[in-house]
Amino acid sequence: MAPQAKKTQVSMKVNGVDVDGLVEPRTLLVHFIRENLQLTGTHIGCETTHCGACTVDIDGMSVKSCTMFAVQADGSEILTVEGMANADGTLSALQEGFRQMHGLQCGFCTPGMIVRAHRLLRENPTPTEEEIRFGISGNLCRCTGYQNIVRAIQYAAAKINGTEFKEAAE
Amino acid sequence: MIPGPFTYHRPTSVADAIKLLGELGDEARPLAGGHSLIPMMKLRLATPDHLVDLHGIGELRGMRRDGDTVVIGAMTTQYDLLASDTIAAALPILHETALLIADPQVRYCGTLGGNVANGDPGNDMPALMMTLGAVYRLRGPGGEREVAAADFYQGAYFTALEPGEILTAVAVPAQPAGHGYAYEKLKRKIGDYATAAAAVVLTMRGGTVATCSIGLTNLSETPLLAEEAAGAVIGTSLDDAALKKAAEAARAIMQPAGDGRGPVEYRKHVGGIMVERALRRAAAKAA
Ligand SMILES: Cc1cc2nc3c(=O)[nH]c(=O)nc-3n(C[C@H](O)[C@H](O)[C@H](O)COP(=O)(O)OP(=O)(O)OC[C@H]3O[C@@H](n4cnc5c(N)ncnc54)[C@H](O)[C@@H]3O)c2cc1C
Ligand code: FES
Ligand code: FES
Repeated sequence: MAPQAKKTQVSMKVNGVDVDGLVEPRTLLVHFIRENLQLTGTHIGCETTHCGACTVDIDGMSVKSCTMFAVQADGSEILTVEGMANADGTLSALQEGFRQMHGLQCGFCTPGMIVRAHRLLRENPTPTEEEIRFGISGNLCRCTGYQNIVRAIQYAAAKINGTEFKEAAE
Repeated sequence: MIPGPFTYHRPTSVADAIKLLGELGDEARPLAGGHSLIPMMKLRLATPDHLVDLHGIGELRGMRRDGDTVVIGAMTTQYDLLASDTIAAALPILHETALLIADPQVRYCGTLGGNVANGDPGNDMPALMMTLGAVYRLRGPGGEREVAAADFYQGAYFTALEPGEILTAVAVPAQPAGHGYAYEKLKRKIGDYATAAAAVVLTMRGGTVATCSIGLTNLSETPLLAEEAAGAVIGTSLDDAALKKAAEAARAIMQPAGDGRGPVEYRKHVGGIMVERALRRAAAKAA
């Protein structure tokens, strides 16, 4: 066994704020975010890279933060669910969509869903229903059956594009 | 689920990475996207004392066409592959396969180099690389060498990679215009490794198969090249008899494990079906 590894200094920009900290190399990014930065919106569901509850946005990529070491994120720009609201503090189109369309029940998966959907809509502002479902396939929800999460994202897409939100026929 | 302690290194050139791996010896491992290695470390199935992160090495990333070959840097992610016009034009089967790997988050991180160097029989790219006749470029203390994908895999997690060596790039022959291709993967859900999968690349001439190559994923301890199965369809119009013969020849070399994805007989059965489906779909695409 290696001797206790030396702590390393990391710095990154999280939700627009420069932060730094001293971490063991084995510290997972999700633990750094939740424990060092006290940003507990990012959830830990499975710890095995399956559920997506820990998804954060790193340099324009959706990443499961339970599967990256904090040292790997040194120098990067990160967005968590705490950084999703509009600059004036009002709900973003996605947050509003989740509220209006009842896109959550227990809410455990919601931070990961919103952060993932944020990147999805940046890459594809007019996704089809199938593209939304494929785009959030790395995020599990045990409550909603996904139907209302898909609607929430469709609502947000329509709002962002200034088009009318049309409910798909049942 | 906390990995064991290790020391982290982030070299900025291949030369430095190789030097580090040489100095640190057996207890050092390269770290690419980390999406196979970190889960293993959390389970303490891997406990390296040193991780050499390849992320800071710009020369390992990116794709370029070099005559008849597409050279893909080891640190190119599955997401990068999907975004690349070079790949879409010359090797569309890489797109098709990358989309069947894991989920969007994993594809942003997982690299082609990590996928093929890992040696996990469940990885999808190795059988595809064998099917395409790809060559791996390796660099170590003794210099550079090339190993064909078909000669690289020796057993589960056992490859031709020597200690201290890293895989720098994968060289894939661009496929001829009009070739047909398909990667058929049976999985239980998105994000799952294959219960069985088959890669097919072929060309047709006058309604019959002129050339064909078939690879198999997760149907043995290593990816397999199903040469007899491919031979069985050459010269045929891919009629039912030829498809059946190919599926049987492929089944004859499958040695899957019986596990949560099904018992041995089932996995061989569906493995043959993946071969038939991939052949049919590839032929329909061929010009
Ligand atoms: C939920 C989930 C689902 C997945 N589903 C699939 C799937 O369906 N199909 C599939 O193919 N994969 C799947 N994967 C694996 C994923 O594609 C991995 O990213 C990939 O196998 C490894 O790539 P990596 O860059 O993450 O490598 P790492 O995890 O960083 O490394 C893997 C191994 O390769 C070694 N290595 C990495 N790069 C090099 C190099 N350049 N030279 C020498 N050695 C190197 C490392 O030391 C390590 O031993 C899944 C992963 C997860 C978490
Ligand atoms: S906690 Fe990271 S994927 Fe589930
Ligand atoms: S709302 Fe409960 S897990 Fe999605």
